[in-house]
Amino acid sequence: MKLTLKIWRQKNAKETGKIVEYPIDNVSPDMSFLEMLDVLNEGLINKGDDPVAFDHDCREGICGMCSLFINGEAHGPDRGVTTCQLHMRMFKDGDTIFIEPFRAKAFPVIKDLVVDRSSFDRIQHAGGFISVNTSGNTIDANTIPINKHDADRSFDAATCIGCGACVATCKNSSAMLFVSAKVSQFALLPQGKVEAADRVLNMVNQMDAEGFGNCTNTGACEVECPKGISLENIARMNREYLVASIK
Amino acid sequence: MAKSAILKSSLAKKYWMALTGLFLCLFLAGHLAGNLQLIFGNALQFNQYALFMTTNPAVKLLSYVTYISILFHAIDGILLTVQNQRARPIKYAKENASANSAWASRNMAVLGTLILVFIVTHMVNFWAKMHFDANMPLQTIMIDTGGGKQELYLTTDGDYLPKVRVEQKLVTIKNRTEFYDTGADVKIKDGYKDLHKITFAFFQDAKYGLIATIAYVIAMFVLAFHLLHGFASAFQSLGANNPKYNGLIRSFGKGFAIIVPLLFAIIPVYIHFFAK
Ligand code: HEM
Ligand code: SF4
Ligand code: FES
Repeated sequence: MKLTLKIWRQKNAKETGKIVEYPIDNVSPDMSFLEMLDVLNEGLINKGDDPVAFDHDCREGICGMCSLFINGEAHGPDRGVTTCQLHMRMFKDGDTIFIEPFRAKAFPVIKDLVVDRSSFDRIQHAGGFISVNTSGNTIDANTIPINKHDADRSFDAATCIGCGACVATCKNSSAMLFVSAKVSQFALLPQGKVEAADRVLNMVNQMDAEGFGNCTNTGACEVECPKGISLENIARMNREYLVASIK
Repeated sequence: MAKSAILKSSLAKKYWMALTGLFLCLFLAGHLAGNLQLIFGNALQFNQYALFMTTNPAVKLLSYVTYISILFHAIDGILLTVQNQRARPIKYAKENASANSAWASRNMAVLGTLILVFIVTHMVNFWAKMHFDANMPLQTIMIDTGGGKQELYLTTDGDYLPKVRVEQKLVTIKNRTEFYDTGADVKIKDGYKDLHKITFAFFQDAKYGLIATIAYVIAMFVLAFHLLHGFASAFQSLGANNPKYNGLIRSFGKGFAIIVPLLFAIIPVYIHFFAK
């Protein structure tokens, strides 16, 4: 396959970047998108150019490290996959592909396609946990009966890998899908209910402080989320927050 | 409670958007029921309804809630939109938004602003005339008395008052609607402001009637798109998302978003093209 790549290049956090065009050939349809970028970078390094910086780690769709806004969609045109799981067979020979970083005020670019997503970590620190005393006589979590329906929905919410595609996709750069997944995974379980009110207030507070936008229920995040996190979680967060803030 | 969570946080703004939006949907339903009398009722029924709407204390209270809702909804909506714009200072070079969301959902602010422009012109054209215009006509009817035609004012007590008595200065009109016995200076009856006549004249005007009708219909299209997304969206904002009922809410919302603006739009079209 022969492709034209239009890639956002930016030296560092301070300098302004621009789109640079790179032709690339001998791309195999069986390559993953990141492997295609590896091939590009190899060529750039051989020419003595600066390789394109992009985030990745597990390359098996579980860590949430890879990102990229590909041809106008977070993690590219495929559904239910991260960029590392996106394959070049989703594209046609001769295609032009725009590759941009995830864009949001709360996700500043560090270099090229790498963005700083530590705003997500700070939201997690604000309440995305349960407090457990590890004094030596901690009760085994499995001794508390939990109905399957709630356990399943909690598990579904917990599959969020914190990649930030929801923010990148949202026209408002809203982080509500991510935050609501983190709120829900605990709020649905008895262990999480104890701190549920403080959790939702603090996490939403932190989310606002980080400069994310407000959800307008376009539903784009749910479509682009590699883990299929449901908008039901946002509704649950809205309920939890409403109840917690009038209490 | 977190720092003024109920007013300032992102979620609180959403609750207010949703509550005011849904209240305005209720208002639309009521307003439509009244307007439909322009087609299905006679002039007196319509003017009686208009009088009721401007004088009944409960309705007055509701109308204040409506004004406040519109203001709050518009201001809150614009604030949210500005914040949302700021949340992405550098835009994408290429976006494929139609792959993941509906057009109306992405253009609520533009649609809302157009609705606001419509509401303002609409209020100048009808509401302000009804409330403040000194030249607002009072409703009359022509009857054949055998010896020629006579014009009579309709009065709120279900009676009539010959127009000649005003012309002969036996009766004076005060405060736009009150008939006074000129000699004794006591109020004898009240007339009906003829909103029906004003409305028909507005949409049948030789110069501007067609433009007004077209503008009205366009505004109703805009409203329909706003509601196609807005109705169901408000439920999500308030936390009502349950797979058991989502289908029902969405279908009802779509039906509401299409039927209500459609019926509103039929009225000026009927007045301009079909009514006498
Ligand atoms: C009769 C008039 C109107 C009705 C019935 C109405 C109804 C609604 C409803 C039900 C929503 C959904 C709320 C939600 O998603 O929680 C909404 C959203 C919105 N409306 Fe209106 N609206 C009206 C007029 C306006 C006006 C005049 C503006 C002026 C700017 C406006 C701007 C917006 C915006 C920006 C949103 C999206 C807000 C968000 O999702 O965060 N609307 N409207
Ligand atoms: S909700 Fe989905 S898109 Fe958002 S961070 Fe989690 S996994 Fe990524
Ligand atoms: S690199 Fe881990 S999810 Fe893509």
